[in-house]
Amino acid sequence: MQSTASFLSGSKASIPPLEVHDLTVAYRTQPVLWDIDLSLPEGYLIAIVGPNGAGKSTLLKAVLGLLRPLTGSVKIYGAPYAQRRSWVGYVPQRESVDWDFPTSALDVVTMGLYGRIGWFRRPSQRHTDLAYQCLEKVGMHDFALRQISQLSGGQQQRVFLARALAQEARLYLMDEPFAGIDATTERAVLTVLQDLRKEGKTVVAVHHDLQTVAEYFDYVVLLNMRLVAAGPVGTTFTQENLQLTYGGRLTVLSQAAEALLAQRPGVKEAEMK
Amino acid sequence: MGISYTLWNVLLGATLLGLVGGVLGSFALLRRQSLLADALAHAALPGVCLAFLLTGQKSPGLLLAGAAATGVLGALCVILIVRGSQLIKEDSAIGIVLSVFFAFGIVLITKIQRMPSGNQSGLDKYLFGQVATLVTEDLWVMCGIIAIVVTTVAVFFKELRLLCFDRAFGASLGFPMRGLEVLLTCLLVMVVVVGLQIVGVVLMVSTLVTPAAAARQWTDRLGSMILVSGVLGMFGAVTGVLLSSASDSLPPGPTIVLVSSFVLVLSILFAPRRGILWARLRERAVRLRIRRENLLKDLYTLGERSQSWTVLTPLHTLTAMRGQPARELRKNSRVLAAQGLAMLSGDEVRLTESGLQAAEKVVRKHRLWEVYLTRRLELPTDHVHRDAEAMEHALTDDAVEQLEERLGSPVLDPHGKPIPPRIRP
Repeated sequence: MQSTASFLSGSKASIPPLEVHDLTVAYRTQPVLWDIDLSLPEGYLIAIVGPNGAGKSTLLKAVLGLLRPLTGSVKIYGAPYAQRRSWVGYVPQRESVDWDFPTSALDVVTMGLYGRIGWFRRPSQRHTDLAYQCLEKVGMHDFALRQISQLSGGQQQRVFLARALAQEARLYLMDEPFAGIDATTERAVLTVLQDLRKEGKTVVAVHHDLQTVAEYFDYVVLLNMRLVAAGPVGTTFTQENLQLTYGGRLTVLSQAAEALLAQRPGVKEAEMK
Repeated sequence: MGISYTLWNVLLGATLLGLVGGVLGSFALLRRQSLLADALAHAALPGVCLAFLLTGQKSPGLLLAGAAATGVLGALCVILIVRGSQLIKEDSAIGIVLSVFFAFGIVLITKIQRMPSGNQSGLDKYLFGQVATLVTEDLWVMCGIIAIVVTTVAVFFKELRLLCFDRAFGASLGFPMRGLEVLLTCLLVMVVVVGLQIVGVVLMVSTLVTPAAAARQWTDRLGSMILVSGVLGMFGAVTGVLLSSASDSLPPGPTIVLVSSFVLVLSILFAPRRGILWARLRERAVRLRIRRENLLKDLYTLGERSQSWTVLTPLHTLTAMRGQPARELRKNSRVLAAQGLAMLSGDEVRLTESGLQAAEKVVRKHRLWEVYLTRRLELPTDHVHRDAEAMEHALTDDAVEQLEERLGSPVLDPHGKPIPPRIRP
């Protein structure tokens, strides 16, 4: 195993934060991801983009070891995930949990510290303070003791983000952090991501909104069961690659998107605080 | 009434079961596994019978071991059916397993009772429970199981919370979620097995789910929910047993279930915040406020024509505006009068000075929102009134100020009517 110390002092680009080799994942007999080979650079905001059912969430879950792949391997900073857990933060899809669960926003954020707290032990005052700080970073400090069902969708998303921040990871995997949130939360989430990039962290996020890919992200992974393309947004996020990713659907999609874009200034204004 | 040795045993046994059922039931409820627990309980019946048939003995330890074995087998069958078949969903799988195992159990019980040695076997007590047969030995077993359950929940509280709330995230942190699930299921099996003697396979699930569902109504914290659930479980058990012992016609197991269910109904109705009653009251309060604000606004618009807002207006004029019956209007006017916002004399009503201010506030919200909709969303002016009717009651004072600022403090609404200024000149 690569020693942490040598890596930390070493040059930046030496070991990619995430390396996927020859990955194939299937649900029952239905393959979802085919032969994915991918190496992502450190310190970027990276979008995973592709149509519904393209295997975007599956890719994240396979990286986290939540799904067993048929073939292939995943390396985080050059080592298997099991050895790198504490370097990785995870934001699942908001809909994946029951928000009526009897717990507060603070409790949820504290869960991000469970890995460090370890078995049996209860969170201490120090951990609670840390959780408060993370809530502060997403502008949710005042909602710490709210029951989570009393939060809006955007606020719930920010709580999830705060929980990942509490993990103090170097690589963040986020499943649609921008899905179904209001304009205020969208700005808050983006600010957090940009702050992470400033600190040299890497963020890999599944992203649905093609309109904002170029604005929010530096690097893009185009996925449709197979890897279509991966690279800097400027050179990779092209009409041609999108056509390859979305097939014939994109022509319809782009028309719809243009129509949306025409309305957009008004729509943005309408989402008042 | 003196407490006999038997009653004492029954009370103690039922209370312990209520406690432990309530605690574990919270987890079953939150993990949406109430039905699985029900299947597990029903699947325990053939195990009791098989143990008796195979050994010819009816020592409780042996029969309960059999119960645990087929209970686990039933739960495994559910999992295998769901995994193995793409078409059968979990609820159907549970339905199938529950009835198949239970039917098999009933067949075996019937067979045993027709056997020469079988009619005094007393196996049918496992159907609906029979607390009176509890002996001190059973109580010790129960105490042991409770100690295990309470200790496990206390030690793994943090990890169990993670499992119930966000399994995938917990797994990503490296906690063995599958192992914790197995642990929780084992505890459930133990509780179901001890519960069989008291409430029986048919009603067992109620001792798990009912107190937990009631507790959820009273609290928003996992720790306190588990605690309250345990307490409610004990309460139901004690009350049920005492009621049953005071009457000849009330069997203890079902009485416990009925008492717990009554507590649940009360909780659903009256618990603060989540209770249906308070929700209805809150809705009513909002409805009444909207009606009063509408009355204020109508009085204002009527006064606008003559530019004099504090003259008396007949109630029937107001009825014509919104189609509200005079009786309703009179009632609302009285409330406004009590708040010093209006004066009612006979069949006529007028705004007071502070009433006028309150009315202006409502009108301001309405007209500013109309401006907002027409300017920013470019809606036609004849489409904005209905939306503004709702927003005038919903906008907070802060939001209105921001709105006014963004719109550049407009003076007229889209219909050309003046927007009352925030501070009157």
